[in-house]
Amino acid sequence: MTSIFSTVVVTMLLEPTPDQEFLKETTAKFLTSQASVAEIRRLRDDPIGFDRDYWRRGADLGWTSLLVPEALGGGSVSGRGLIDLTLIAHEFGRHAAPGPLVPTNVVAAALAASAVGPSAPSVSTEHSDVIGALLSGRATASWCMEETGGFGRMTTEARRDGQEVVLSGTKRPAESAAQADFLLVTAKTGEGATQVLIPSGTPGVSVRPMQTVDLTRRFAVATFDEVRLPIAAVVGEVGSASEEVEHQLRVAQVILNAETVGAMERAFEMTVEWAFDRYSFGRPLASYQELKHRFADMKTWLESSHAIADASAEAVAAKAPDAGLLISVAKAFIGHYGGELIQDCVQIHGGIGLTFEHDLHLFLRRATLNSSLFGTPADHRQRISTITIAEECAG
Amino acid sequence: MTAAEVEGVEGYRVRARSWIRSNLEPADFTTLEAGLAGELSEAEELAAIDHERRLQRKLFDAGYAGISIDRDYGGQGLSPAHQRAFNEELTGFDYPARLQVPNFSPCAAVLLDFGTEDQKRTHIPAILKGEKLWMQLLSEPSGGSDVAAALTTAVRDGDEWILNGSKIWTTGAWWSDWGLCLARTNWDAPKHRGLTVFIFPLHRDGVDVHRIEMLNGSKEFCQEFLTDVRVPDSDRVGDVDQGWTVGTRWMFHERMLYNSPLITAPPTGRPTQGAVSPVGVARDIGVLDDPRVRDLIGEARMLEMVEGELQERIGTAVRSGRMSDQGAAIARLYHGVSAARARSINFEIAGATGAAWVDDDGSAAGRGIDFLMRQSPCIAGGTTEMARNVISERVLGMPRDRTTDRDLPFREVPRGPAAGADSRS
Ligand SMILES: Cc1cc2nc3c(=O)[nH]c(=O)nc-3n(C[C@H](O)[C@H](O)[C@H](O)COP(=O)(O)OP(=O)(O)OC[C@H]3O[C@@H](n4cnc5c(N)ncnc54)[C@H](O)[C@@H]3O)c2cc1C
Repeated sequence: MTSIFSTVVVTMLLEPTPDQEFLKETTAKFLTSQASVAEIRRLRDDPIGFDRDYWRRGADLGWTSLLVPEALGGGSVSGRGLIDLTLIAHEFGRHAAPGPLVPTNVVAAALAASAVGPSAPSVSTEHSDVIGALLSGRATASWCMEETGGFGRMTTEARRDGQEVVLSGTKRPAESAAQADFLLVTAKTGEGATQVLIPSGTPGVSVRPMQTVDLTRRFAVATFDEVRLPIAAVVGEVGSASEEVEHQLRVAQVILNAETVGAMERAFEMTVEWAFDRYSFGRPLASYQELKHRFADMKTWLESSHAIADASAEAVAAKAPDAGLLISVAKAFIGHYGGELIQDCVQIHGGIGLTFEHDLHLFLRRATLNSSLFGTPADHRQRISTITIAEECAG
Repeated sequence: MTAAEVEGVEGYRVRARSWIRSNLEPADFTTLEAGLAGELSEAEELAAIDHERRLQRKLFDAGYAGISIDRDYGGQGLSPAHQRAFNEELTGFDYPARLQVPNFSPCAAVLLDFGTEDQKRTHIPAILKGEKLWMQLLSEPSGGSDVAAALTTAVRDGDEWILNGSKIWTTGAWWSDWGLCLARTNWDAPKHRGLTVFIFPLHRDGVDVHRIEMLNGSKEFCQEFLTDVRVPDSDRVGDVDQGWTVGTRWMFHERMLYNSPLITAPPTGRPTQGAVSPVGVARDIGVLDDPRVRDLIGEARMLEMVEGELQERIGTAVRSGRMSDQGAAIARLYHGVSAARARSINFEIAGATGAAWVDDDGSAAGRGIDFLMRQSPCIAGGTTEMARNVISERVLGMPRDRTTDRDLPFREVPRGPAAGADSRS
């Protein structure tokens, strides 16, 4: 008996354009051959976690250029690069693919946003070489944003000292900070935010690798001890980057959500197939109502996650007034139900679901990691609550 | 109407917005809530229904009733997208909330799908004008999940049918006008092949409507006893013994809930829906700053907003054929579970005031009663278990549960005792 699942699956973005379909398909094919489960396992102990050549070829498929305008060498396929990027991220999730997709895109977008004037696109040359290197896949970037002590806490400081900027503080977990060629550090300056682009190896920067749940993503504690850089290293203006930082956060959350939905989808498909093939008491698992009902719940969480991931990506891409609310709703929902869904997949697999040999954990790892980055479900429920209370108390 | 004459959705939205703002009152759900909580007298309840009938008439006169229904039947002949735009603009305004489910969907929806030309021309305009309100007569004392096991029987007598039996759990049948009824016309065929659908007025000889008190004191639940009810053959919907073909679509419309293009109501996921807001509960008992309470408020808003997006997604997928009709069960399941959770959240925020309150406790008062009624959204409109069966079997293609009744002549199918009052007494 086989599942009819493949005939009823509804993909990320209900109605992609033919160009988006092509983008998705080429990445899917590439990942199937280049990011096989054997390759992911091989990278388990690799200090970088991805192959440089793999990343360069991925960049040719558009992985790094979608959030950068054409004037700077990037370009989207649909005119809305963030939506296009969710298709790539979804495939990353479906394959638990290696590579610094989130930080490289966020940093490229941040540099591009500061380089292109809001009205007429005019390239400021400061960071355009770095943008070029990131787009081509020759270089990768880390976004040093999160700190310990609770989501949104910011103690790292940037202060101006003549024609220099001085950075101190500790960032963790910073994805790819030990592997990346450039670090974008987000810090506070008084009440405002400042972002500074630092080449790896700059004196005063120390990077200590961390252990993590994911097999191929790499994280580090990045410490900045009175790091001095020329003022040109500042992205945007000193002390006035808060809005940009908030948008970067939302972009990162959009990518993580799309990726988790891909991981959920893959784990769900694997488990549906398993339920048809695995027999117990003389009949397939898929014939037991208890399990069927759990599959129905999982399908509902999966479709809901798709729905809110897409809606929030649209809102963030359009910088809609409700983007902050929607992205927190999506991060809270997908973070929570992604874990619930894949853990139930483990349960329905039985003992084999807990082995390293089985592939299920690759997706569980990715979803688990993503649920904790840039705000846990509980952090986002607090944010949703704050917005809801403000709305209701105003109206 | 040619394509050029169809007004664009955005232009329509602007026109609808200005009409809504100058013609409808701000939303006030206190009587709706009180009615559901069983706090209104019969006269107050009827006054509320009359108010909604007039609202419906107002929509009709202004050209905003049946927006996506064909002009031949009194509708506006526009698209579901126009209806959606109107619904979005309706957020925060008074609308005929009680007249939507089951009146427009599934009842009007089933008539539009299967009714004869005459039936549609007679009944749809009357529904659109708020003159006739419809009820679905589906569940029976012997069971509601197994809809196709209906015992209510119709026997042919010349150009008429004679109906006997009992229907139950019909909300608001006592103030409704017409019923859409699934009945057995053949006891010798297997259960799905001996059913036929009929329509008849509820206030007439032979139809005895009893009100049933719910545990919260509401008397909206009804049971109908049908004794030799004569229905002309022209009031049959669909073919004889083919009632399951109608029934399948009927159940689909029921699961589409507020996602049906026939429904006029603000979309789910907007904070101004009728439901009690957890923020209000928290504010009224002074726990708005408690981080645990904020977590619950965040969860409630999250569930509500995701529901809106899910409905949109499933609705789009079903309309475009990317997903089978059965996919509607996904939105139905989500709704039941999240609406039940919302009641638990409000009750939890209310603390001890949820269990014992005085009138000036504001939104916190009565939340314990909501909690007692918590499972209602998981039962009404087909249970969440049925939705889970549909999703696993029809959407995911998992094996059907083994049943013993599928191929037996219906009269030989084993039955248990019935709930409700005995229809044969
Ligand atoms: C507020 C409200 C309004 C309603 N309005 C209407 C109305 O207007 N018209 C109308 O006709 N009906 C109406 N109903 C009735 C409703 O549709 C039925 O109550 C419902 O379909 C369940 O039927 P039942 O009560 O007979 O329970 P049963 O069918 O006896 O089911 C009992 C329990 O067993 C479960 N169950 C049954 N079969 C299976 C199975 N095969 N697998 C797993 N679990 C199963 C059910 O899910 C349920 O939990 C309304 C109900 C409510 C609560």
